[in-house]
Amino acid sequence: MHTRACVRARTTTTRMLTAHDLTKRFGVKRVFEHVELRVARGELLLVTGPNGSGKTTLLRVLAGLAAPSRGTLELPPRAEIGFLGHEPYVYRELTPLENLALFGRLYRVPEHRERSGMLLERFGLWQVRHERVSTFSRGMQQRLALCRVLLHNPSLLLLDEPFNALDADGAELLDQTLGELSDRALVVATHDPGRVERLATQRLAFA
Amino acid sequence: MTYAADVAALARKDLLLELRAKETLPAMLLFVLSALTVFHFALPRGTGHTAALGLLWVALVFTALLGLTRAFVPEREQGLMDALILTPADRSAIWLAKTLAVLAFLAVAELVALPAFGAFFSGIDGRTVGAVALADIGICAVGTLTGAMAVAGRARELLLPLLFLPLAIPVIVGGVGASAGAGGRYLAFLVLYDAIFGLLAWASFEYVVAET
Amino acid sequence: MGLVNVKLPVLAGLTTSLFAAAIALIFFYAPTDADQGISQRIFYFHVPIALTAYTAFAWGAWKALVYLRRRTDEADLESYVAIHQGVIFGSLTLLTGSIWAKISWGVWWAWSDDQLVLFLVLFLFYCAYFMLRFSVEPGPARANMCAVYALFGVVLIPVSFLAIRLSHSFIHPIVFTSRGPQMTGSQFFTFCVSFAAMLSLFATLYQLELAGKRLDQRLRELRELLA
Repeated sequence: MHTRACVRARTTTTRMLTAHDLTKRFGVKRVFEHVELRVARGELLLVTGPNGSGKTTLLRVLAGLAAPSRGTLELPPRAEIGFLGHEPYVYRELTPLENLALFGRLYRVPEHRERSGMLLERFGLWQVRHERVSTFSRGMQQRLALCRVLLHNPSLLLLDEPFNALDADGAELLDQTLGELSDRALVVATHDPGRVERLATQRLAFA
Repeated sequence: MTYAADVAALARKDLLLELRAKETLPAMLLFVLSALTVFHFALPRGTGHTAALGLLWVALVFTALLGLTRAFVPEREQGLMDALILTPADRSAIWLAKTLAVLAFLAVAELVALPAFGAFFSGIDGRTVGAVALADIGICAVGTLTGAMAVAGRARELLLPLLFLPLAIPVIVGGVGASAGAGGRYLAFLVLYDAIFGLLAWASFEYVVAET
Repeated sequence: MGLVNVKLPVLAGLTTSLFAAAIALIFFYAPTDADQGISQRIFYFHVPIALTAYTAFAWGAWKALVYLRRRTDEADLESYVAIHQGVIFGSLTLLTGSIWAKISWGVWWAWSDDQLVLFLVLFLFYCAYFMLRFSVEPGPARANMCAVYALFGVVLIPVSFLAIRLSHSFIHPIVFTSRGPQMTGSQFFTFCVSFAAMLSLFATLYQLELAGKRLDQRLRELRELLA
């Protein structure tokens, strides 16, 4: 029987994420094994692979949402991690402003209202800031999700298929944003690496 | 006091969601009135006040179950529980906020149910109201925790009553005893239940929702 | 933890000898009860089984606590197996209790029997534990939830008992004469041996089931490796 892996608080300030011998199993099914990672500020780790290959699971483990079966993981504290999952993680019956206000408070973002406004404007959602998310297209929800992920200025960003459902404009905006985040540590999982390829400093391919 | 602020933000969110969706509370109100009506037909002539009181408590517990089944639906359906546990907020704050929100809904339902009971059957006295108030706390505390468990499983609407009802038995005993006027110790027992299970639920919620 | 458990044959042997001793004592040594006659002897089964069930639930809760602190698969499995055994012994408690009620008072169920009613509540609770366990995917999430539920169970035992005692004043009490354990020396000795036998049986079945489940797991892992 294996003992639980440990997830520790990070010790250095430049290296955001360190993983050693990271393994994840569901029962007997092995999703990934012996993964070694070191992602520092200014780096972008590109995780590629087809759907169902385990990219999402890896990102969830890196975010601290799922426990690894084995290995060690060093992460910054929760307040410094931004996670964008497969789902946009927004309340459909609330407005963008209300959603961001909730997360702004929970993440203790100083002056979250101003920052929310700025982000909504940047991602083209200012006009619809008072409308319920249930009226949005999936692409607009994804934009809101990006606002949410950037709201608290995380130093480690974990993005799972961030270009999902985005139209050309949205994808362009995201591209620009990724370029501007060069002082953070980024992990991007995608099955279509085209756009992110040129920004990547490390690569991990899932079969 | 960021803990209190977190709880407030989360509870506000839950109340806002219900205000918009307008699903759970109307259902609870309708259910409790329907249940009381059914009980009128289910009780034979000459049934005592105590028996009717017992059925009031049954109605309240099942109304609470109705509310509790809906409690974590947005979080699970839209994956938002993950988003909430990723925040620096204490996980127990999520439990407390949810408990307070469900408590609010239950209280509103009871504002209708108790007078209705008084009209359909016989009077409600202060003891009953006090017992209901105390019992609500225990029901919501334990119900919220088991609700979070049930929603992680497959047959969540089936699972919640099974997980919850055995834990609700002591509450029913305390509640019926207190409202039947069997003594102040029933109210004291309810306080004891609330304290013990409230504390346990508050402390263990973290483990129910987070994997690490 | 090796596949071949040395404990198991020893425990099985211990259980067999204790049971032999207990049965001999129950039927040949313990004095016949003045009121109920030979059928009273079911007491020597019923109460030890009940106490063993409590022990099993308590052990399950302890392992649950260990799991929450150390997060090892071992602790989760041990907690589950202990509770499983507890439910088995609990069902036997309900069965023997019902038989005893029939013998003593002519009814198949007696709400005035606090012990029996408590077991009914616990039986319902721990059956729900299994419903929970089988409706969630295996993994750390399920183990966490089951551990928390096991802790709730063990806290429920005293709280429920208190509730049941309190319930007598407003639920129509059918008062039967008490059949509590005011035991003479020889009765007490028989009781103790029987209790020891039941505990030993629990320990044996517990180790047996644990070994079986571990074997299961190893087989699955091997199959996966070969695939």
